[in-house]
Amino acid sequence: LSRTIGELARDQWWSAVAAVTRLTGDLGRAEDAVQEAYAAALVRWPAEGVPANPFGWLVTVARRRAIDELRREAMRAGKEVAAMRRLGDAPLPAEAAADPGDELSLIFLCCHPALDPAARVALTLRCVAGLTTAEIAAAFLVPEATMAKRLTRAKAKIRQARIRFRLPAPGELPPRLPSVLRVIYLIFTEGHMASRGPALVRGDLCDTALRLARSLASRLPQEPEAAGLLALLLLTDARRPARLDEAGDPVLLAEQDRSRWDRQMIAEGDAVLTQALRLGRPGPYQVHAAIAACHSTAASAEATDWRQVALLYSELIRYEPTPVIEANRAVAVAMAEGPAAGLVILDTIAHDPQLGKWHQLHVARGELLRRAGRAAEAAQAFRAALELEPSAPERAYVTRRLQELTAT
Amino acid sequence: MPGGVKPVKYLFLLNRAAGAELPESGTPEYAATMAAYGAAVEGMQKAGVLVDCAPLYPASASTTVRVREGEVLLTDGPSAEIKEELGGYTVVECADLDEALRWAATIPAARDASVEVRPVVAVQAPV
Repeated sequence: LSRTIGELARDQWWSAVAAVTRLTGDLGRAEDAVQEAYAAALVRWPAEGVPANPFGWLVTVARRRAIDELRREAMRAGKEVAAMRRLGDAPLPAEAAADPGDELSLIFLCCHPALDPAARVALTLRCVAGLTTAEIAAAFLVPEATMAKRLTRAKAKIRQARIRFRLPAPGELPPRLPSVLRVIYLIFTEGHMASRGPALVRGDLCDTALRLARSLASRLPQEPEAAGLLALLLLTDARRPARLDEAGDPVLLAEQDRSRWDRQMIAEGDAVLTQALRLGRPGPYQVHAAIAACHSTAASAEATDWRQVALLYSELIRYEPTPVIEANRAVAVAMAEGPAAGLVILDTIAHDPQLGKWHQLHVARGELLRRAGRAAEAAQAFRAALELEPSAPERAYVTRRLQELTAT
Repeated sequence: MPGGVKPVKYLFLLNRAAGAELPESGTPEYAATMAAYGAAVEGMQKAGVLVDCAPLYPASASTTVRVREGEVLLTDGPSAEIKEELGGYTVVECADLDEALRWAATIPAARDASVEVRPVVAVQAPV
């Protein structure tokens, strides 16, 4: 029971922090107050029953806590605090409902481009998704004290530099939205392909990112890129059940058991993408999602429309002119036209000194060389990948490939 | 002021230990700091040389603005570029950081190097 009550309360977290931030004018204060209200809910709801309006209950309790805190501070400093009057006067009707405008103001505040990118991710997980500091620290494998400091510093900057809690004007949305989408995408990729630690997939982070993407898309129905991000996450996460084998090792897309893919998620992702594309304003997330759709709707790796995938990557390069996208295009070209055509592209970018340190480039080259029948060069590429300290499951995969090559 | 000599304005850059916070309002340390600065300011004020002064929030509250190829790039904190040095100052009063950042991006230094936008602590003017 306490778990469902915890979930119920957490579902209201975003709305509650948003409402109390508007009332107090201070994110840090609001977050502390909602945290206390949430703790009170965990104690009282199981005994007294879940209130008819959980959101109203949390906000009322949080507001009272915030007033108490302001009063204590005012006593210490020996002065009247204007915010206290504002907080106390504004009546909150019992049927108070969450305000989508407040909720959007909150996520745009947490993802403000003047904040450090790592802090944006942490703030969003804390204030919007309702994760505890300990949970966020564990997800990113840093000590809890480090994460607490990062959050405190970000909240201090918001207060000191006066980053205001307000809805971006229509003209401000295009430059501000990418940072919000990027934060949600980063939370997902950290879960989907953990950069550190023994586990390759952290499902809890994937679920959180999906929840945020869904909420954002429903609150911004006229923004095709918000829908594009949701479609991308659905179409990618649908493959989660098949991405690792029983031993926890990654399974290549081509070798995954496609019957284990979540058909319902794929269908939903496809529908969301179709609707986004209909708005006629393409963008990088919609193109990424279209690529994911090519994979997720194909019966097998061979049946994939690789020409279309290669074409979509060429489109993506217009938005993200990076060697990583070029490397992905090379792999698609190799599937459409044979490994030799792909190797031409990969060999060009392999000279990039930065990219030479990217182990996945060497894995991709190894794969294409192996398929082209150039076993010795393939083995060399796989060995180069191993030297760059890939994650444990990736290491196991490359080692297995190397053994196959030397055995034949 | 000696007659006939046109006065020159000087900007005093007040350094403090990196990461040091202002003492909390209401504490004895705060009162002592304010009294010490008050004495210095009063001296300059009586001599008629003081134009303006204020403490700044820590460097961690800064945002660095660069404009490259027409695009505004923001980074958290002061510029880490050692080949840059302070070349001028501008004080603006805005509703929020977004408004200040918009103006900062219009300054040519943002295109050539960078503009650090550091919030100023609101203190009551010395009496």
